[in-house]
Amino acid sequence: MCGIAGVLNNKGERIGPDLLHRMIRMIRYRGPDDRNVFTEGPIGLAHARLSIIDLAGGRQPMHNEDKSLWITFNGEIFNYVELRKELEGKGHRFSSQSDTEVLLHLYEEKGEDCVHDLNGQWAFAIWNAKTHKLFLSRDRLGVRPLFYAITDHAFIFGSEIKAVLTHPDVRREINLRALDQIFTFWYSLPPETIFKGVQELPPGHSMVVEDGKVQIRQYWKLGYQQHSGLITERDYADQLLELLVDATRLRLRSDVPVGAYLSGGLDSTVITALIKRFTDTPLKTFSVTFDDPEFDESAHQKEVIHFLGTDHQEVRCTHQDIGRIFPEVVWHMEKPVLRTAPAPLYLLSRLVRENGYKVVLTGEGSDEMLGGYDIFKETKIRRFWGNQPNSRIRPLLLKRLYPYLPNLQTQSDAYLQAFFHVKSEDRSDPFFSHLPRWGLTGRIKMFFSDDVKARLKSYDAYAEMKKHLPVEYSDWDGFSQAQYLEAAHLLPGYILSSQGDRVAMAHSVEGRFPFLDYRVVEFASKIPPHLKMKVLNEKYILKQAVGKLIPVSIKKRPKQPYRAPEAQSFIGGATQPSRNDYVEELLSKDRIQKDGIFNSEAVLKLTKKIKGGQVIGIKDNMALVGILSTQLVVDQFIKNFDRRSVHGAD
Amino acid sequence: MGPIEQQLRQFVINNFLFGQGGDQLSNHDSFLEKGIVDSTGVLELVAFLEDQYRIKIEDEELIPANLDSIDSLIRFIEKKAQRTP
Repeated sequence: MCGIAGVLNNKGERIGPDLLHRMIRMIRYRGPDDRNVFTEGPIGLAHARLSIIDLAGGRQPMHNEDKSLWITFNGEIFNYVELRKELEGKGHRFSSQSDTEVLLHLYEEKGEDCVHDLNGQWAFAIWNAKTHKLFLSRDRLGVRPLFYAITDHAFIFGSEIKAVLTHPDVRREINLRALDQIFTFWYSLPPETIFKGVQELPPGHSMVVEDGKVQIRQYWKLGYQQHSGLITERDYADQLLELLVDATRLRLRSDVPVGAYLSGGLDSTVITALIKRFTDTPLKTFSVTFDDPEFDESAHQKEVIHFLGTDHQEVRCTHQDIGRIFPEVVWHMEKPVLRTAPAPLYLLSRLVRENGYKVVLTGEGSDEMLGGYDIFKETKIRRFWGNQPNSRIRPLLLKRLYPYLPNLQTQSDAYLQAFFHVKSEDRSDPFFSHLPRWGLTGRIKMFFSDDVKARLKSYDAYAEMKKHLPVEYSDWDGFSQAQYLEAAHLLPGYILSSQGDRVAMAHSVEGRFPFLDYRVVEFASKIPPHLKMKVLNEKYILKQAVGKLIPVSIKKRPKQPYRAPEAQSFIGGATQPSRNDYVEELLSKDRIQKDGIFNSEAVLKLTKKIKGGQVIGIKDNMALVGILSTQLVVDQFIKNFDRRSVHGAD
Repeated sequence: MGPIEQQLRQFVINNFLFGQGGDQLSNHDSFLEKGIVDSTGVLELVAFLEDQYRIKIEDEELIPANLDSIDSLIRFIEKKAQRTP
């Protein structure tokens, strides 16, 4: 795992190495083991290396035999062993043991279609010195990030936005459309990012830059098929297990030891159990625990550790920790967020690194692909209730679904009906599954300043989302539609980025995700929805697949979504003063007015309400975290970026 | 504007609208349709009513017919006050 950056001057002017050095230094934590720059005429490529495969021979940017192709590559090609054999059979000769060299030769062999053969997680750029063509690609599901900017003179790219912003021609300005998207969906829709001048290559896409022109092509997309019903439930379970075993086997390919995250839930337990099949030595596992019992899962973690006999380390996270580290977490996420959940994962990756590990396997992707999220269950219940709107019994299922939301338990049917949008007109809405979540989230846009509201007056984030839907979307069943919105958007836009790559790479830790092996994903898309969620039993087919590999209690345990303390991490109640000076400063009337994004009076009333010690709901929590993280983005990236750049230059 | 109406408007505007758009809130606007209250909001509203008007609100009274606008709140409070000995 690594960091990449580069510049292609479209006027043919020479690129100097200094700029490339500055760009790659900004993200040096992604690859602290080595750092190199290649410049030749109009092209400059940079690489920061985290050595995992072929520790001695995988130096980058790497070239082919005649130096006509140069690559800078972030990621892993897990099937590089098999691809290398095939390529050797076709006459290719290799000088290293690295997957990077395999990728380079595969490109020589197949050109831009090489991506179809890759099983892995990647963002890379290949420069063809003969044709003066730059080819860039990002993995199917968006595990690894890739951002770019196009100026009058150059195409600029990097693993992270801060590398791109280091180029003097890239402007630093907040993109209000992306802010509106984040304050509706929790993420921005690629290619938009929170910075006006910076774009994101969407997952499953490649691009070619040639003669100053950019062409973007989708090479893979998520889809849900009509189910044939030709194979039995047991067949689905067996095939799923077989694929997961192989996906895990491939992801253990490494020249450094590999550990695992353990949350105490089903998915990470499955992955840990599968790893145990391939190793005789005690597996190192890592978890985060919370002081606050509302969020803590350590009892379940202990059970799994005991059952699987892992060598375990944990980091305890307090409200104060989250408040203290949040500015640094935002610096790494490079976008506003509405939840604090990435912060504990930042502490977790630090623990991994302190234990001398660079690679962890985790259970990410299972909820999206195999139907684990509460929102799928919620959608099913809402449709079921909608069939009999006057039922007194059906709404009770919603209360059972959210035992961890006490405010919901006392609500009347009429209120539940209103909150969960069980109206006949909503049932045909293409976003039926997400209407309650997006509707509630969107309310926090009331905190935007009058100026921002005026500038966004004609902007409709839902209409924008509709433009991003594939044509087949309307043919899919409701369960698959909900899955698509989570897998195609929330997964890369928030889970794999803010809770994944960015907070792991902050401490030079690479995450690997067997559930996101494209073979698993494509197979999962063919499993009928009623086997993913049998009645209201989430991830049913996965539970059938893993059989006795994991403790029965973990299989039977109701899903607990990963959450972390929110408003109370930043603002103490009536008896406790605010815990962090930066919170006071960034949320002060003066600062809010100067920055101009939010309404200072409204923010003041919100902080006063929180300080008053009242019970704060999801919406107010999201508002506070969203406002604070936006203010931190403005502070660190718009106002004081040059200061941070100096820190970045070691 | 009567004192109850004034108190209710002030609470809703400060607590749910954070001071914004109060002039556009009419007394018959539905809190649900306008997205003013969520599940926590209902409980905040109930806590305020119980505290401010020294009334006890039963679970079966937690319905939009009683709590979904300034007008319905005024009617509900007045009805409750009549019942209180």
